[in-house]
Amino acid sequence: MKSPSTRKLTAALLSLLLSAVPALGGCSKPGAAQGEPITLLNVSYDPTRELYTDLNAAFAKQWEAKHGTKLVIKQSHGGSGKQARAVIDGLDADVVTLALAYDIDMLHDKGQLIPPDWQKRLPSNSSPYTSTIVFVVHKGNPKAIRDWEDLLREGVSVITPNPKTSGGARWNYLAAWGYALRKSGGDEAKAREFIGQLFKNVPVLDSGARGATTTFAERGLGDVLIAWENEAFLLTEEVGKDKFEIIVPSVSILAEPPVALVDRNVDRKGTRAAAEAYLQYLYTEEGQELAAKHHFRPRSQTVAAKYASRFPTVSLFTIDEVSGGWKQAQKKHFDDGGSFDQLYVPQAK
Amino acid sequence: MHSRARRRVLPGFGLTLGLSWSYLGLIVLLPLSGLFLKTFSLSWAQFFDTVASPRVLAAYRLSFGAAFLAALLNAVFGLLVAWVLVRYRFPGKALVDALVDLPFALPTAVAGLTLTTLYSRNGWYGQHLEALGFQVAFTPVGIVIALTFIGLPFVVRTVQPVLEDIDADVEEAAATLGATPWQVFTRVLFPSVMPALLSGFTLAFARAIGEYGSVVFISGNMPMKTEIAPLLIITRLEQYDYAGATAIAGVMLAASFALLLTVNLLQRWTHRRFEARPGT
Repeated sequence: MKSPSTRKLTAALLSLLLSAVPALGGCSKPGAAQGEPITLLNVSYDPTRELYTDLNAAFAKQWEAKHGTKLVIKQSHGGSGKQARAVIDGLDADVVTLALAYDIDMLHDKGQLIPPDWQKRLPSNSSPYTSTIVFVVHKGNPKAIRDWEDLLREGVSVITPNPKTSGGARWNYLAAWGYALRKSGGDEAKAREFIGQLFKNVPVLDSGARGATTTFAERGLGDVLIAWENEAFLLTEEVGKDKFEIIVPSVSILAEPPVALVDRNVDRKGTRAAAEAYLQYLYTEEGQELAAKHHFRPRSQTVAAKYASRFPTVSLFTIDEVSGGWKQAQKKHFDDGGSFDQLYVPQAK
Repeated sequence: MHSRARRRVLPGFGLTLGLSWSYLGLIVLLPLSGLFLKTFSLSWAQFFDTVASPRVLAAYRLSFGAAFLAALLNAVFGLLVAWVLVRYRFPGKALVDALVDLPFALPTAVAGLTLTTLYSRNGWYGQHLEALGFQVAFTPVGIVIALTFIGLPFVVRTVQPVLEDIDADVEEAAATLGATPWQVFTRVLFPSVMPALLSGFTLAFARAIGEYGSVVFISGNMPMKTEIAPLLIITRLEQYDYAGATAIAGVMLAASFALLLTVNLLQRWTHRRFEARPGT
């Protein structure tokens, strides 16, 4: 026979379990009927938080005016690779807007969530805005840093995050790699030497781009920070115009953060139409304007012309030119035993 | 509590045991077996390549070494803090008592960022330490500090109740019999506290081995020098190498388990050896 207290406890536990069930089941509700609000989830990476807050509000307003149904767009931000893994593991993303095509490729390779040719579905390699890699130095540029070459000088301390853990750091690395290749006329041995020299000047490897920015800006470590252009703008405008300045190197990489529809999820949830319209909206004049305002380089010629003064001209090369695409770049440079490990580990001993 | 004649004093043993098993199974056992299952997709050769590369070994040494040092520091100073809290009355005692728990409540990443800010070159502590030629942030010393910070409550909170249970009369009796304070400490107090101190040490040690958030900022993550094992697991995950990540994690887990088991046996032995008092 059970005592009353035991029965009460059992009842409490059962009711707790039962109340949790609808909450668990709630997110797999099938497609929204006419008039019901639609919810989209955009899984993105860290530096796009402010950009998508603006874009989502503007698009939801436009959607509601056109269709009469309410649209709610939720955002999720984090490290690009971490976000991709979450989607592979079942995070219900309708669209992903990540830092590297490699991370989206894995949605196909590891999760079968999207078709392999996803990058051809939208204009400009499925990246509605671009960015590039620039330098941030202390006001007055005391170490007289003008170009990639200067980062190798003795006594110059360079801050860049760890390419093994940070997508942004991989763009940094490839930008330097591309510069070195161009300078040496395509001699890979020389380019490797260049990268080895560069990383000799790196005193700390932060795990993410924001961490590196903090190390440079708050900790006062380093003479130069290699960073995304939009992060550099954010740093100089928000932290202090009187403290830092941006140096644009002669050559850099065309960083193309891509976007993609997550087919498996939108078909299950019945949100394909809205999700497609959302991604296409990023390419409209309005979407492009917002991107430019948040210091991402717009693809649209007209918008680019309007904001030309914000974005200094740099000679840009693409990842395909320096490395034949992300998969090859990842394998050659950043996977275990790749060139980054070879160049970095031995000298640490 | 109403208790009729029954086999056990407390009611509902069958139910509670069943619930305990299912809870532990769902929350601990299943996730851990999932972890090991992932590793099985590797061949033995691949497994050894992964877990025995020089870089991974260096990270293990650092993770376990720094965790051990931090737990040792906490054992010494945690005992002191617990002692002061139990035996003395002073203004602000409640505040000190509450402060001890704070490292539990703080998100570890925040702790890591704050410590790094303090100890880096232009931080409050760091600027003076570096003037003396002593760099803390971005060195193994910084890692030990971060791990000490997150481990302190474990020692204090396990030792404190035991100290509270030891009556002051015992010490007074020893003193009247002519024992010096040092003798009272080594012969009377320490043996009673030892098992609790060991388990506090173990908890702090175990917590520190797997710690990621607080360390990743202050360590600087330099390969072979300040790269902790959890960071290497994250780098595997960034390559979508789930099996490699779980292999490293599995080795850490096995090593930790062996260590914890040893300390537990040691704890039992000290318990028997020193004949613990009631309440320990």
